[in-house]
Amino acid sequence: MRRGPLLVTFLSGTVIAALFFIPHHKAQEFNSTLLGWTLVVYAFALALGSLSLWENHARKIRTRSEGWPYSLVTLGALLIVTGLGIWKGVAEGTPVGRIYNSVNSPLGSTMFSLLAFVIASAAFRAFRARSPEATLLLLTAIVMMIGRVSIGELMSDKLPGITEWLLDVPNLAAKRAIAIGVGLGAVSTALKIILGIERSYLGRS
Amino acid sequence: MVWARRLLALDRRIIFALIALGVIVPLLLPINLPVAVSPRVRAAFDAVDALPAGSVVLLSMDYEPDTMAELTPMSVAILRHCFRKHVKVAAMTLYPAGVGLGEQALNQASRDERAVRNTDYVWLGYKSGFQVVILGIGENLRAIFPVDGYGTPLDSIPMLRGVNSYRQMSLVVNLTASSAADYWIQFAQGRYHAPMILGSTAVMATDYYPYLSSRQILGLIGGMKGAAEYERLIDVFGNGRRGMDAQSLVHVIVVLLVIVGNVALFASRGWKGGRGVGGVAP
Repeated sequence: MRRGPLLVTFLSGTVIAALFFIPHHKAQEFNSTLLGWTLVVYAFALALGSLSLWENHARKIRTRSEGWPYSLVTLGALLIVTGLGIWKGVAEGTPVGRIYNSVNSPLGSTMFSLLAFVIASAAFRAFRARSPEATLLLLTAIVMMIGRVSIGELMSDKLPGITEWLLDVPNLAAKRAIAIGVGLGAVSTALKIILGIERSYLGRS
Repeated sequence: MVWARRLLALDRRIIFALIALGVIVPLLLPINLPVAVSPRVRAAFDAVDALPAGSVVLLSMDYEPDTMAELTPMSVAILRHCFRKHVKVAAMTLYPAGVGLGEQALNQASRDERAVRNTDYVWLGYKSGFQVVILGIGENLRAIFPVDGYGTPLDSIPMLRGVNSYRQMSLVVNLTASSAADYWIQFAQGRYHAPMILGSTAVMATDYYPYLSSRQILGLIGGMKGAAEYERLIDVFGNGRRGMDAQSLVHVIVVLLVIVGNVALFASRGWKGGRGVGGVAP
């Protein structure tokens, strides 16, 4: 039963990887066709996501699960915004544009802004110079926090230079090492999926 | 010591109030702190500044309202710079909730610099699928965006005559708060060799230093500080520079809180009695 999906995965993986290295115009035309197909798959994925969202929240409302009124708001918003978008469009000045500017945008910004308060409180309670490593981390964080903002430049003309060094030398070395490790890991995982060794994406047996 | 224990048990609402004041007061009463320009932002500015008039830049604004405070000032500053240089901009987004923000940035910058839609810039809108869209633009822009964000066929837009892939674009600018940057670097730059600059939130900027050092990106604008630096370079006092006063003050408050917390802990228990970094819930 699973040979079909495994074969599709194997062929897709090997053919698309091979096309990357074949500059012939026929190969590149085929590559463009495949990209077109993938766009259609993405569109279906969006539709599938919406259906899944609907099913999940509708079940919560039916069974009166904890927090079901929120599900009602979610489904109401989904219906209203989708309906208005199809009816009046989504450009600025349309009802969807106004909902976006007056509801979505402030709510999104507010949620992210709360991080500043949580981080400040967490830093006060948890950022302790308990060991030499923690002290080094603490001092580096303080130098970075002050040196990367305008006030640091007023306090000392050396601070920006120190922060630049921290970013350009230790940070760059660590990030490069991580990037190489992640790259090798990604290649290894991709090979396992293409060759059918890793099959968790097929779901439960 | 009693004072130290009291300090350690400080109500977090006091911390929240301090942070709120640190944000609100400088926004209401700006101090206009100086902003020094870093070499990375200077390099991004130079990449745009070196473009000849009439060249086309692809600007992808891949962010949503949660990170608009950092990235919208960047978008507006780069757009204004392009319009001043008579560089044409094809703008787009890979995020459905980024459509409104992209349009807002374009409207603001075009109003400030008197740029005209479809002549000086085009809004391609949103398309789903990071890798596919980025790879697709390298093959055939019109296959990915047959019409612009307002439904106008690309073939009838004067600005895009003869522009159909990265080959006809002088620069790709990606302003992002997500892994979209990785795909732009891997595909637009890595595969199609499009010259590229990147703007990101401050928290993720350090992830992209290796690409800067390997010249895969020509410049890097990080966070509100980066936006403020870019605004300074184009001599504009926008939301980036306005926000730097608040960011400076909040950073100072957080650093003071950390120092006070450590001193209080030492006074109450000694260094070895404290909890380690990350050991206490906020």
